[in-house]
Amino acid sequence: MTTHFSTQTKTAAVSLLHRISTFFHHHPTMGLALLLAIPLLWLGLVYLGSLAALLLQSFFKLDDYTGQVVREFTLDTYKQLFTRSNMDIVLRTAAMSTAVTLACALLAFPISFYMARYASRASKIAFYIAVTLPLWSSYLVRVYSWKLILAKEGVIGWFFQAFGLQGVLDAILAVPVIGGPSLSVSMYGTFFAFVYVWLPYMIIPTYTALERVPRSMLEASADLGARPLDTFLRVILPLAFPGVVAGSIFTFSLTLGDYIIPGVLGNSAFFIGQVVLTQQGTAGNIPLAAAITVVPMIIMTIYLFIAGRLGAFEAL
Amino acid sequence: MDKSSNLIPAVRFENVSRHFGEVKAVDDVSLEIHDGEFFSMLGPSGSGKTTCLRLIAGFEQPNLGSIFLHGARVNELPPYARDVNTVFQDYALFPHMSVEENVGYGLMVKKVAKAERTRRVQETLELVRLPQMAKRKPSQLSGGQRQRIALARALVNRPRVLLLDEPLGALDLKLRQEMQIELKEIQKQVGITFVFVTHDQEEALTMSDRIAVFNAGRVEQIGAPAEIYEHPQTAFVAGFVGTSNLVHSQVAQKLTGSNETFSIRPEKIRMVEPGTQVQNGWTALDGAVREVVYLGMLTRYIVAIEGGGELTVVRQNLDETSMDVLRARGKRVQLTWQRTFDRVLDQA
Repeated sequence: MTTHFSTQTKTAAVSLLHRISTFFHHHPTMGLALLLAIPLLWLGLVYLGSLAALLLQSFFKLDDYTGQVVREFTLDTYKQLFTRSNMDIVLRTAAMSTAVTLACALLAFPISFYMARYASRASKIAFYIAVTLPLWSSYLVRVYSWKLILAKEGVIGWFFQAFGLQGVLDAILAVPVIGGPSLSVSMYGTFFAFVYVWLPYMIIPTYTALERVPRSMLEASADLGARPLDTFLRVILPLAFPGVVAGSIFTFSLTLGDYIIPGVLGNSAFFIGQVVLTQQGTAGNIPLAAAITVVPMIIMTIYLFIAGRLGAFEAL
Repeated sequence: MDKSSNLIPAVRFENVSRHFGEVKAVDDVSLEIHDGEFFSMLGPSGSGKTTCLRLIAGFEQPNLGSIFLHGARVNELPPYARDVNTVFQDYALFPHMSVEENVGYGLMVKKVAKAERTRRVQETLELVRLPQMAKRKPSQLSGGQRQRIALARALVNRPRVLLLDEPLGALDLKLRQEMQIELKEIQKQVGITFVFVTHDQEEALTMSDRIAVFNAGRVEQIGAPAEIYEHPQTAFVAGFVGTSNLVHSQVAQKLTGSNETFSIRPEKIRMVEPGTQVQNGWTALDGAVREVVYLGMLTRYIVAIEGGGELTVVRQNLDETSMDVLRARGKRVQLTWQRTFDRVLDQA
């Protein structure tokens, strides 16, 4: 009797499972919704929610006398944003992001090209590790080591001196706006450190895109009479370009928001990230910090729109 | 046409070998492809036929031997300097270019003037019967259309030799059969030498003027389709091109008095009642039907021979239904064929 009973419950359990799976088979969207519920909640509440809160904050303003946030809709904070000094910061940051992105693309392409086309299986793995290795150690340690490398008494300064090129270095440092007393305390330092830390994010998508160009495509080009340079310009470059654009999204947006590198290296000219940090931390001016954060968001939206047009998201 | 130029082969291999490490992909191959012919390289995968094609295109260089294109040695010549074009197995159309740009690519890199380029592209698209597809991207085309565009992209350059690497492999049976006939017609129309790589023996027999049968990096036999089919020189060719019965020593001894292996095609064998009187010059062999495979149009009988071995017999289902043929299983029969259809094979 007991056996009979347990068999019955077992059958009931099996049939329940069976009915659940049948239900999801007939309602595939329900299954998908269940699967995505938690990540969607996370994305919706924590991520988009805080963005919305941020956007809302930017329409409040700080009372100069009391230091309290006035929770009333106003565009005053945005007016404050469009002052000369703040616009300089925005332009400086955008220019640096552009320069860093271009430099990363120019450096990453030959490395990725070699990895994808010429390296053997073993050296490909070695390259891959070498490219990603810096990401394993602390970002701060690496930024501070650049401060030492680029310092007046650092290895690069020594190199220029040893080869009697002190004059060249002085001339480079004498350039207005970007120059300074040493490489480490000039825009050059900021630039070098940025290029160094974000380079892997450019190499990996570029490499992936190049790796995906089939060999037969290159053979077809040569077969049709194209010399190697023609094949490179007309086939390899256009096919790998979406990968470069995908990489540039990383390098551009990461530079746009960073506040550590310009704090450690450079001529103490402010970048967007630093302004956000001081406004909301030191000054307690959350509305202005929020308004400034909206600027890189707008820049990135435009950037992503153009990148999408160039087919960058097909290479991700 | 100039007679003397016809005497110089379009392609000539002189003891060509191509090794990849220990693997001899092409092993001491010598062959000549005549100007203007449809030449097929037939063989199983890994037999060296594709490597031979790549050697002609210039994607591979031989380790030993010489390759000549129209009399000129081209061993070290890069692909872009050779007057040959290839239709790739995966078509290798450029995904970022339109059909028009794909087809015009060869002319563009050779700096052909724009007006002539446009005209020739249009002309070639008409030849492959896709003139309305010029503005499309390859991703918007079907497999068969891509195949034609790949063909157009090669033909527009008017190469002296066109190389085709299993171009019909990805198409379904019906489309493949249509394209076989169309390719052959295009070849006649343009008069270019076609070198066609395939593992499909029926395809090779349908289209070719001559066939080279490849096995393990070597050429087993070169000849016209009928010659290859009716006079296979080796056991490999007999087995690979069509199906063939190989009759080995003991049975061969009994039938021919010699223990040399010979082949006989299944469709040449007649199956009659045991003890039937046979004509002069016909052979007679007793056996029992072991298996019957009904194929719709045909039936394949596997007959166990007295004294060892099996022979496959193919018969058209002229007067029989599937019920009739299946009843033959286990039946005792006599096999008979004209002795002139025996093919004694080279001993490998």
